[in-house]
Amino acid sequence: MKRVSSALTLGAVAYDAKVVTIWDGFVQWFASRGLAFDYVLYTNYERQVEGLFLGEHDVSWNSPLAWLQAERLARKLGRTARAIAMRDSDQDLRSAILVRADGPVKSLADLTGRRVAFGASDSPQATILPKLHLAENGVDPDRDITAQLFDVLVGKHGDHIGGERDAVKALLAGSVDAACVLDANVLGFSRDGTVPSGALRTLALTEPYDHCNFTVLDDTRAVDVSRFAELLLSQDYGDPVVRPLMDLEGLKAWRVGRTALYAPLERAIDRFGTIEHWLSEHA
Amino acid sequence: MTAHAALDLRDLGLDRGGHILVLRALRELGPGRPLAVTGGHPDLGLQLSVMAREGGHSVTENTGTSPGERKTFTVVAGPALDARARGAARAGSAVHSRDHRGVSDRADERWGVAARGAMVEAGAPRWDFSLDRAEVVWTDDAKKLYAQAAAAQWDPETAIPWDAPITHPPAVEEAVVQVMTYLVENENAALLVPARFLGRIHPHYREVVQLMAIQIADEARHVEVFTRRALLRSSEMALSTAGGQRSLQTLFEETDFVLATMLLSVLGEGSFVDLLRFLHEHGPDEVTRTIADLTARDESRHVAAGMAHVRWAIEQQPQDRGRIRSAIEQRHQALQHTSGLNAEVYDALVLLAAGSFEPEDIARGFDAVQALQRRMLEGRTRRLARLGFSESEAESLAGLHTRNFM
Ligand SMILES: [Fe+2]
Ligand SMILES: [Fe+2]
Repeated sequence: MKRVSSALTLGAVAYDAKVVTIWDGFVQWFASRGLAFDYVLYTNYERQVEGLFLGEHDVSWNSPLAWLQAERLARKLGRTARAIAMRDSDQDLRSAILVRADGPVKSLADLTGRRVAFGASDSPQATILPKLHLAENGVDPDRDITAQLFDVLVGKHGDHIGGERDAVKALLAGSVDAACVLDANVLGFSRDGTVPSGALRTLALTEPYDHCNFTVLDDTRAVDVSRFAELLLSQDYGDPVVRPLMDLEGLKAWRVGRTALYAPLERAIDRFGTIEHWLSEHA
Repeated sequence: MTAHAALDLRDLGLDRGGHILVLRALRELGPGRPLAVTGGHPDLGLQLSVMAREGGHSVTENTGTSPGERKTFTVVAGPALDARARGAARAGSAVHSRDHRGVSDRADERWGVAARGAMVEAGAPRWDFSLDRAEVVWTDDAKKLYAQAAAAQWDPETAIPWDAPITHPPAVEEAVVQVMTYLVENENAALLVPARFLGRIHPHYREVVQLMAIQIADEARHVEVFTRRALLRSSEMALSTAGGQRSLQTLFEETDFVLATMLLSVLGEGSFVDLLRFLHEHGPDEVTRTIADLTARDESRHVAAGMAHVRWAIEQQPQDRGRIRSAIEQRHQALQHTSGLNAEVYDALVLLAAGSFEPEDIARGFDAVQALQRRMLEGRTRRLARLGFSESEAESLAGLHTRNFM
C-alpha cells in the first residue's frame, strides 16, 4: 500500500517528550500558512533513514550521522540526498576534550595509557569527532587510550545529553582522566552546577562542524518542499507567535542547508568504518 | 557609546557570570554594532562562540590585538537580542494617582499572574480569569480592609484559654457541642464560597485577592477553634441536618460574585456576627466566650468587606440591586420547603443561654434566642437599607433570609 495522506510529512526521532510539543506546534503553524504538514516519529535514526527511502515521510530531521547515512545510501542507490535547511545553532559546533584543571594531563600525548570518557557510541559530538581529533593528532583511540562510553540511548546519535553529563561526572569523580563533550555543554554544565567553576580545563577543541539538517531525496514533492523551506526561513524570532516554537527547537533563525562542514564527520566514518556495516545491509 | 565599544572581562569566564557583562554591553549597543571583548580566560573563545550561537550573534577572533595570554574578540549582536522586548506591554500601572485608582477597568488575559505594572512579553500565554472587570470585583476599601485583617490575626493556641474550667452540667455541654457542630459546617461553607471565587479573580486586582485570601484564612481558624471547643469534653461531634446543608449548598452554588457576596457576607455573616455575640454573652464557659468574641471580630470585617464589595458593584451597575432582590427571593423559594434552622440547634441555643434545666432559666434562654432573632432581622434590614433599598423593601427582603442564619 502506498501512503495516501497528502500532507508534506516530516520524520523526526523522539529523543525527548518535547519532540511532540515541537512538531505539533509546527503542524499548526504551517497550517496557518496554508501548508498541509504532518510528522511521524521514529525511535532511532536508522529507522528514520530507512523510512525516508521507503517513502514513509518526505523530509527527515536528520542528525549529522543520519545525514551521511542518507547521503551515502542515496549515492549507492543512484539517488541524491539534499540538505535543504538547518538551524543557526547547528552551524560551527566544536567538541571539547576536558580534563581536570589540577590533573596531570597537559597535552593530548599525556592521554596515552589513560581512560577517556565519551558519550553514546553513535554520538558525533561526544564520541566520533573527538575520536577523530585524537586519531589525527597522534593518539589512536583504539590502542593508545582506554575509551569509556557513556551510552545513553544508542540510536539517538547523541541527541540525549545524558551521556555527556555522565562522562563529565566521571571525570570530576576521577574515574576517567578526560571527557569529550559538545562545546555548548562545557558552558551548560557549569551553568547547571554539574561542573564547579574552575574544576575542569579544555585540553583540546575539534575543528568546527555542522549538526542537524532537513534532508530530502531527489526532487520529492518539489513544490511543497520548497514552500516548507521558504516558510522556515521566514520565521522571525521577533514574532511572538513563532518564538515559543523556536525557543523549544533552540534556534534564533533558520539557515539554508550547507554540507561543507560535514567533512570532519565524513573523514571520521571513513577512518573508523562507523556506518559500513549498516550501509552494506541496506544496499 | 562610541563605535569602538569595548569590554574587558579580565580573567572572568562566561562560565562564572561573564555573560552578564557581555549581554549588558551588547544591549547598550543594540543589534548590529560591534563590541570588542577582551579577556584572559583560556576558554573565552569557545565560550563566546557558544553564547553567540545560542543567542543568534556573531563572533570573530581579532588577531594581534592583545599581548600575552589575553585575546580580543568582536561580538555583534543579532536581531534576536531585543526580540523579546518588542511588542511587550505593561500590565496596567503600578502607580496610584489622584484620578487613577491604580487598577484598570478591565484586566487583560495576557497579563496573567504578572505583577501589576510589570512589562509583559508579547506571546505570554492567555489566562482565563473570568472575574476580570473592576466594576464587578473591585472595591476601594479592599486595601484598608486587608491591612486591618493582617493586623488583627490571632493565634488560636495562645489567644484562647483552652485550660479554663468547664463546670456546667453535661446536658449543657451537649448543647455546646451541637452549636459548635453547626458553626463548623457554616464556617466550612464560608471558607469554600470565597475560595471558589478567588481562583477566578484576575490577580491584577491584588488587594481584593489578598483580602479574600486572609478572609479564607480567618475561616480556616474558625473551623479549627470551633472543632477544638466541641471536642474539649466530647469525643463526638453532634448532628448536621439536611436542611442546614441544603441552605449552605444554595450559597455554594451561587456562581455570581456579587450575588454570592451579598448572600454570604452581607446577609449570612452579618447574622452570624449577632449569633457569635450572643455566644460571647451567654456562653457557659470562658473558652466558648473567648472563641465567640474573637471570631465575631473577624466576621465583622467579613461583613464590612461584603458591604464594600456590594456597595461598589451597585454604584457601578445600579441594576445590580434588582438582581440582588431576585437572588434573595429565589433562595427563599428554594429553601421554602426545608426546615430551616434545625430544632436541635435552636434548643441547644436556648439551653446554652439558660445554663440549666430550671424552668425559669429555660424561659430566660428562650427569650434571649428570640431577641437574637430580632437583632439578626434588624441588622439585615439596616444593611439592606444602607445599600439603598427602600425601608419597606429592606424589611421584606431581610425577612426572606434563610432561617438557618447563614
Ligand atoms: Fe467564620
Ligand atoms: Fe466569615
